[in-house]
This record gives sequence, structure tokens and C-alpha cells, in this order.
Amino acid sequence: MGDRRYTETHEWVEVAGEVATVGITDFAQSQLGDVVFLELPRQGRKLGAGESFGVIESVKAASDLYAPVAGTVLEVNERLAANPELVNKDPLGEGWLIKVQTEGGLPDGLLDQAAYQKLAESGGH
Amino acid sequence: MLEALGAGSMDELLVDVPASLRLRRLDLAPGLSELETMARVRELAARNRVFDDRLTFRGGGVYRRFVPAAVGAVLSKPEFYTAYTPYQPEASQGTLQAIFEFQTLIAQLTGLDVANASLYDGATAVAEAAMMAVVHTGRPEVVVAPYLHPEYLEVLRCYAEGRGFQVRIGTDPGNDSAALVFQSPDFLGLIADGSQVTELAHAAGALAIACVDPISLALLAAPGEYGADIAVGEGQQLGLAPSYGGPHVGFIACRQELVRRLPGRLVGEAHDGQGRRGYVLTLTAREQHIRREKATSNICTNHSLCALAASVYLTYMGPDGLRQVADVSYRRAHALADELSQLPEIELLHPDRPFFNEFPVRMKNVLHRLRALEAEGILGGLPVARWYPELEDVAVFCCTELNDPDALAQLVAALRKTV
Repeated sequence: MGDRRYTETHEWVEVAGEVATVGITDFAQSQLGDVVFLELPRQGRKLGAGESFGVIESVKAASDLYAPVAGTVLEVNERLAANPELVNKDPLGEGWLIKVQTEGGLPDGLLDQAAYQKLAESGGH
Repeated sequence: MLEALGAGSMDELLVDVPASLRLRRLDLAPGLSELETMARVRELAARNRVFDDRLTFRGGGVYRRFVPAAVGAVLSKPEFYTAYTPYQPEASQGTLQAIFEFQTLIAQLTGLDVANASLYDGATAVAEAAMMAVVHTGRPEVVVAPYLHPEYLEVLRCYAEGRGFQVRIGTDPGNDSAALVFQSPDFLGLIADGSQVTELAHAAGALAIACVDPISLALLAAPGEYGADIAVGEGQQLGLAPSYGGPHVGFIACRQELVRRLPGRLVGEAHDGQGRRGYVLTLTAREQHIRREKATSNICTNHSLCALAASVYLTYMGPDGLRQVADVSYRRAHALADELSQLPEIELLHPDRPFFNEFPVRMKNVLHRLRALEAEGILGGLPVARWYPELEDVAVFCCTELNDPDALAQLVAALRKTV
């Protein structure tokens, strides 16, 4: 997908109209290991770009999730409450995390596929 | 040895200990043998006045209760009685099982989904619960209903200062309130309407934190029954001696949805590769070695031996035994309240409010009369004016199963003489 963008903190964002879908990358899920729990925001919460919007917990770590775009949370992936492993199985598809009503478009500094690939290959830092 | 430590003198070595806490000199003759020293110390110790348990009518957060010998017998097993609590599942199935049983008993007693492995004491349990609420709601203040144990309040304020949230006394939580904390029975012994307070908290979007007396829960509604989100309390009454105020054991239990905010250790039941039952630490990603500064709490251990005492006590007593302890305490305290209210110049402070086994009375010259009781070997109620100036001349009297009817009669007769 050409219009998917990435953060240096390993989230992806895909925008259709004014709605952005947010998840974590395949590299991120492979580094975390088995995801056991996600703490996601309530519908209607306002997020700033780069703001922490939740926590992802795996068998070996708990990490913060950061919003790639500013906006209001429209929808939360409810299936993850009972099936957090979807994030491991299909991080770019069924394992999406939240949908956001964007405000002011994509911020500068997001990475394209090639740039993110390079970041992941260098160990993620 | 001073030379090796690089200190010029004992005073220099002890420079970090405030002068007011240092012992200037021991008033013992020089050159005494160990035998002679012990004899002298015993002679001095005999001058202490120790009140009989049955003639002690004072609680205020620490209570004298009958402790079955089984508690000490289990506690003194060297497998448990070690200097450090090992948590590794491959080495410590017995320890972990004991903790799991404690958690189960506390969850049952409070009517909530999950309890942790224990905390230091009731005071820190209140503070930890408040931090859970602040982290969970993201709101900056905690409202505390009046007559929470004053020392618990002090500890809560101390934690709040470090974590940067406000503590306000009141019963009116608002949009900024993370929680409404209330104690029932409160420091005066009076029972709160748990469901009403809980509704007040929930209407403001705040959590309801109930600080409860574990023995009273054998008779009163459990916090989980009236919808409280977190229950905390002091577990000293469950098999531990007063011992000058500690070490005791705090407990904390909450609804399942809050489990990832729960501080401290948590033991879970699991099965190994061959299907055998085993116990392991669980949900450790909550804790500060993983969550760092975002963890609710810096607690990484528990009061295991004290929690074990509580487990043995509760298991040994069983539901019927616990109810009997609660029932006898309740009846003795109510009998005493009736008797005291008949005496001249003594009145119940809140004759229309329900209480469990402690109740406040107003009597003139309260300190003078308590001293007169002490001269007769009786420790009367706790005078509370030092914390609450508006309660001058008020003392809170307490009964447990140890205050037999003769002891009650002795107290009443002695009080009659002090009028």
C-alpha cells in the first residue's frame, strides 16, 4: 500500500478521506512477542500528534502507543479485547488499533515504506 | 574498626542519625556480666504497666484479639520464616500457594474480583488505592470522607505530595475527582452507608474506595456487594499481635477491569506442560521493573509472613468462626454502649448512628477519668481531641471477644467511681 505512513515509534497510519486507521508494524509485533493485552482510548478522546494513546502489553514487555496524527478517536478495535493475538497475526489488517477523525492532515516527519524499512533493518532505532 | 571505616569517633560515624534519636548513655553499672545485666533489665521491665487484654477497651486501628496457636505454629516453620520471600516459581511453590490463598480469602471477604499479595499496612493500602484511581481516571484530586483514620490520611497526603495529586476532605466529588475514599466503620467506629457513598462517587465519574475492617465484613455488606471499585484495609486483626503498631499487613482488592492498575505482587494459578497445578507471579508488566515511571506503584514485594498469619487465621476460623468473632464483638460493644449511656455525665455522641465494635462517647473531664481508670488497671477509650479539636471530651470505646462480661462490669463500676 503506497499511502501507508510510519512513525519512528513503530506505528502505521493509513488515511482514507478524513479518517485515519492506526496500528503497529509487523516489525513492532515481532519484537514484542505474543501480545496479551491492549489498553486503548475511549471513543471521543482527542489526541495530539505524538501523544500516547494507550499501552500494548506482551509476554515480555509493555510499551506505550503514540498517535501518528492529531484527531478524535472514532472507533476502537473491540475484537482485540478478547483476541489480542490479532495484532501478531495480522498487524496491518485485522489487528488495527483505532480509527481517528483527523484534524489538519498528516504531520511532517512520518516515514514512507522505504524509509521505515531501512529503520527496521537497522534494528529499529 | 572506626579507622577502617574512615571515621574519627563514634559521633562522627553516627552523624546521619539525628542527635535527638541517639542514646546518650545507658544507666547501667559498668562491668556487669550478661547474667547480671539481664536481671537488672528484667527488674526495670517489671515497672512497665501492661494492661490486661480483657481490660483494654481501646482500638483506633489496632485491636487485641484471640489468636489461635495454629497461627504461630505455621508461621514459625522455617520454610516460611525466612528473611526474604522468594518468588521464583521453580523454587517456591509453597510460598506462592500461601500468597494465592491469601489473595483468594481477601477477594472473598471483600466481594471483589482480585486481591494482591498484600501491602505494608492499612495506611499505605489507602494511598496505593488512591494512586490507582489517579492513574486510571487521569484526574488530579482525591476526596476523602471525614473520619478516615488520621494516620492513614497523613500517609495519603505524603504519597500525594510525591505523586502530585491533591487530597481534599469532603463528600462531594466533582469532575476533577479520581476517587471518593471512605472508611467504614470509620475512625469513630461509625458505619457508613456504603451504597450511598459509592453512588456519590460514581455519579461524578470517580472511583469508590472503601477502607474496611476485615472482621466486620463477617456481618456487614462487602464492598463488592454495594459496587465499590477498590477495597483496602488493615489486616492486623487477622492473627497478628498489636506489637506497637507493626509489622502489620495491608490488603487491597479491586474489580477485574482495574487489575492492571493494581500495585505490587500478584500470584496466579497455572498449569505446567503435564497439566499439573502450579503457582506463578502474574501480570508483572504492571510493575515498575517493566513499566518504569508509568507503573502505578513502586511496590515490588509484599508482607508475606504477616499475610500468611492472616491466611492461617481466616482458614482456621472459617466463615462460621469469623462470624462468631464479629458477632460477639458487636454484642459486647453494644452492651457496653447501653451501660455507659446510663451513667451520669456520659452520653453517646451519635446515639442514632449504627456502629460495629467501637463507638464514641462524650464525657466531662475525659482525660482525668481515663487516668483514674488506668490506676485501676483498665485502659479506657481513645481520646480523639488531639486529631479533632471539635471532639473535645470524646473518647472512642472498643470491645472485642477478649472483653468478657466481667471485664465490662469492672469498667462500668470503675467509671461510676470517677464521676
